[in-house]
Order: sequence, then structure tokens, then C-alpha cells
Amino acid sequence: MSHLLRAYAPITEAGWDLLDSEARERLTPALAARKLVDFSGPRGWSYSATNLGRAEAIDPPEGLAAAQRRVLPLVEVRAAFSVARSELADVDRGAEDVDLGELDAAAQRIAIAENAAVFQGWAEAGIAGIAEATTHDSIALGEDCERYPRHVAMAVDTLRGAGVDGPYGLALGPEAHTRVLETSQHGGYPLLEHLREVLGGPLVWAPGVQGAVVVSVGGGHFLFESGQDLSIGYQSQDADAVQLYLEESFSFRIATPEAAVALTP
Amino acid sequence: MGFDSYHEPAAELPDETRTFARLCASLTEEAEAIGWYEQRMAVEPDREARAIMRDAQGEEFKHFSMDLEFLLRRNPLWREIAEGILFQEGDIVEHGEEAEEEATEEEASRGAPLSGGESLGIGDLRGHAS
Repeated sequence: MSHLLRAYAPITEAGWDLLDSEARERLTPALAARKLVDFSGPRGWSYSATNLGRAEAIDPPEGLAAAQRRVLPLVEVRAAFSVARSELADVDRGAEDVDLGELDAAAQRIAIAENAAVFQGWAEAGIAGIAEATTHDSIALGEDCERYPRHVAMAVDTLRGAGVDGPYGLALGPEAHTRVLETSQHGGYPLLEHLREVLGGPLVWAPGVQGAVVVSVGGGHFLFESGQDLSIGYQSQDADAVQLYLEESFSFRIATPEAAVALTP
Repeated sequence: MGFDSYHEPAAELPDETRTFARLCASLTEEAEAIGWYEQRMAVEPDREARAIMRDAQGEEFKHFSMDLEFLLRRNPLWREIAEGILFQEGDIVEHGEEAEEEATEEEASRGAPLSGGESLGIGDLRGHAS
């Protein structure tokens, strides 16, 4: 049994199937970073650090030289939630309308944390975000989404000018994404399609991102390393509910800071 | 392996599966031969005879290793698990458990069905953009 202790939970196979499938369904649309950056792993829970391939000299004993390897420790993220035991009992009776509201909220929280770490950064975890690490000036996105294609085209031009090959992808924060979805340009052409043509790559809904970020999705620029991939574990139980959690471990590093342009809200 | 040694009707098996099965049989035979030479050397009093047996056993080590490498190249999941166990210091059983868990999770991240792992198997989502 792994550290997730799932076997100790008072949950039947049908219950676990439902919880896992609900979590996958909620997480997949929200995990924007994984749709745009290189993903490696999962390496397992016991994997603790990403090799940075560098060493720093340290004071050696007399007559020797010494250096210490540099690594990026993985961050562990956990989002707790509970499920009523009465709801779990209903799953086994074949209920289709089980209340998994807390699981859905936990999935949203952990997806936002992952996206925010990748795009905005997480100083305490030693993670520099794409939007803060870019060497290019940011472009103001504004609220007039008719102008979005122009801003995105400017960002793409900037990347091309810096010698960063496409295709390019766009992570759009929720507010900007809603505006884009609601807008048709003159002649009824959806703005979404216009942006996709400018980019030549994917456009993703990115909760946790402020504004938007244009990135090269050519590969080799942004590196997400998964230790333990997203999993549900067991915490405790009482007479009314089972306490569970969503958990993952990961690191993120940037090989090519110039391969992105931030579009500020 | 005789013709009756397949567990499924031979005519229904793809060529690559039959080749894989033949090499599995060879692997087994080489392992048996290694064990037999080990026993013979343990009871043989003649030093020169033991040296010949040791040389012959070395051949079997080579054959076993070649068979194994072939099979690992043909089965990525087996290779992945073997990489976590072979030539590692420390607790073999622990390495085995960890290697299996990590390898099956990686399979899931590539879209293969999850077997043995406990993660949600979400992994890499490039290609899933809206």
C-alpha cells in the first residue's frame, strides 16, 4: 500500500471509481499548464528533487576542491475535502446524483495552484513563473477584446523576433477567456478562431493566470516535472464523513525565459 | 519450446508474439543451464573439469543476458520496471515495488490503462487544449 492509505478508507470499489473519475473530469479542463509546457514523469512519491545539472563551489578541506550539486526540490501540494458517508452509501445503491461538491472545489484549488506556480511563480517553492521570468516587456491586454488579436499578434511577433520558433499557445485567465468566448468580430467570425489562427497553436482556459501569457509550445523551453501525479488519498473518518485529499508533487523550471510574453490584465 | 507449448493457439498469435515467446523460452533454458552448471561445479572434485564448466557457464550468462536485453527492448513497461531494480544498491523488494508503481504511472501518463498505480493518471495534457 502506498502512503495514500486508500485501503484504509471505508470506500468501496464503486465509490473509488466515482471519486477518481469525478476528480479527473474536474481537473482535466482546468490544468492549463500541462497543455502548454513540457511534462515529464511521474517519478513517484519518493522522488524529491529535479537535477539542475549545476554545482556550486563550497569551502573544501585543505588540499581539496569541493562543489555541491544544485537541485530544485519538488513541492508537495494537498487539497483536503470530505465526502458524506451517506453519499458514499448511495453510490453503492446506484445513485447518479451524488454530492461531490467539496471534491470539485478541491480539484479547482489544486489546479489553480499548479497553473499559478507555472505562470505566475511561487517564491516559497523556489519556482519562477513564466510571466515573471520573461525577458520581454509585457503587453497590456485591456478589456476591449476586439483588440486581443492585435495584442496576441504583437506577442507572437516579439517571440519570432527573438528567434523563438512556434507554434505558439495562449493561456487565458478566466475573465479574458469568458470575454473571448462571448465575442464575435465583424461578420460573426468567432474571436476564438481568429486568435487560434494568429497563434498557430492551442488556446487554453487557465484559472490561476492573471491576464494571459503567450508561450512557444515548440518544446524544450518550460519544464514541468511530476513526482507523484495527482491522486486521491485517505486522511481520516468519523461517523458522518470521510476526510480525503487530492495531492501531487512537482517542480517547474524555465530553460528559455525569452520564449514567452506576458499580457497583463 | 515445443509447438504445443504456446498457451494460445499458435495460428492466432501474431509473429512478434511468437518471437517474444521463443525468446522467453530461451531465457528460461539459459537460466536452467546456469543453475545446472552451478550444481555440477559444486560437486565436481576435478579442478580442470570445474574450470571448463565455469567457462561454459559464462557462455550461458552471455546468452541469458542477450535474451533478456532483447525482451526488454520489445516490452517498454518491463524495461522500465527492470531499470528500477537491476544494478541498484539497497533493498531489492523495495526497488521492485517502487519501480512497478512509477512505471505503471508513466504508462498511464502516456494514455495507457492504469494497472497497479493509484494516481488519477492525468499526466501530460498537450493535445487536450480547448
